[in-house]
Amino acid sequence: MQVSLHVNGTLHTLEVEPRLSLLDALRQNLRLTGTHAGCEHGVCGACTVLIDGEPSRACLMLAVRADGYAIQTIEAIAPAPGELSVLQDAFCETHGLQCGYCTPGMILAGHVLLKQNSSPTREAVVEAISGNLCRCTGYGQIVDAILLAAERLRAGNAAKTGGRP
Amino acid sequence: MKPVNFDYARPNSVAAACALLAADADARLIAGGQTLIPMLAMRLSRPTLLVDILRVPELNGIREKHSGLEIGATTRHVEVETSALVRKHVPLLARAMPWVGHPAIRARGTIGGSLAHGDPAAEVPLVAVTLGAQILYEDAEGPKSMPINEFYLAPTLTALPAAACLTGVRFAAPVAGRRGCGFHEVSARRSDFAIVAAAAEVVLDPDDICIAVSAGIGGAGDTPVRLHSLAEALVGSKLTDRVLGEAARAAVADLDTADDLHASAAYRKRVAAVLAERALRDARDEAMQASSGRRG
Repeated sequence: MQVSLHVNGTLHTLEVEPRLSLLDALRQNLRLTGTHAGCEHGVCGACTVLIDGEPSRACLMLAVRADGYAIQTIEAIAPAPGELSVLQDAFCETHGLQCGYCTPGMILAGHVLLKQNSSPTREAVVEAISGNLCRCTGYGQIVDAILLAAERLRAGNAAKTGGRP
Repeated sequence: MKPVNFDYARPNSVAAACALLAADADARLIAGGQTLIPMLAMRLSRPTLLVDILRVPELNGIREKHSGLEIGATTRHVEVETSALVRKHVPLLARAMPWVGHPAIRARGTIGGSLAHGDPAAEVPLVAVTLGAQILYEDAEGPKSMPINEFYLAPTLTALPAAACLTGVRFAAPVAGRRGCGFHEVSARRSDFAIVAAAAEVVLDPDDICIAVSAGIGGAGDTPVRLHSLAEALVGSKLTDRVLGEAARAAVADLDTADDLHASAAYRKRVAAVLAERALRDARDEAMQASSGRRG
């Protein structure tokens, strides 16, 4: 079947089997390998992408059903090639990753939270990443990273709007 | 973790979807896909055809009807969770929604999918059973409905006819009075299925006397169950902590609870009593905060 996917601002038309997941379409057909394949049945969160801005499992979305949505992957999060977003940078600083397998999903889950809530509590961060498994860090540094990014984004916005830095 | 191959159809009406189901016994409906796709991936389900109803316009939306509320089958969990209409008419459902999966599942999963799948531990079926909702469905003969107490037969087995499409759920207008609700759940991990869950709604008169109560338990046995004996025990009484605790323990005494590797039947029964009591207390406290009976 033919399907048109709107990924990171570009429209791609693919010929796929109905059983192909959006995850496999992104990784194999579009070579966007930042979206990681973990459990492939909706448990681990490694394949999290944004569908119309909402965190979603790419492994639970068939590619043929993904037309008409704006899909964003981890590749669309950095402001420019070679740069990091504030949240990505915070993950480096707090050691929010070890093996890195869960990291794209964690970043996207955190990214959505910070768009909706500029001052999340620790509890809200835990809830936001509750669908994303990490087998290395014990989660502490991941939560720290998202809270650090929230603080920096607030400070940056306050400076821009003329508030106290 | 790759499904068997299947055909894919996207009909634009419920009637067309029902016709596709009637023509092929191995066809399956798909809406949000948050339960069916894992089953396909593990090859527990091997359909020949997936009938995608997610974008059928008549199935989506939340509407006030006959002073109650109707929620279309393909309305996503996140839409129910954030709906002002749901908070106003079915606050117990709004209270339960954050317990459904986690944000990524709620972004894509649908209320009709959760109801039709009928996992005994799922929150949406529990709320529907607790409040005595009406299941709306359609088959070749047209739209029909069924009371929820006839709908759940066994774990993931419902009374929905084979070539029918669940189209939505209707919650009746509540008893007028000061209303409050409560929801509690025990699970192994955040966002996991409940080992036991309890839902409760209480309506009080201006003198704090109970005029209506409904409570239900999920996760404990084969299907979610409504605790019918509570109404006899509590209506007409002042809901002190002692009264609620005794009523909750008595109401779960005859509950059929399941024994599995997650929890023993005895544990489930004890937890059911404790969670029912907590949900009832929360419901009572919230109803007592409600200023008057005018708001319904």
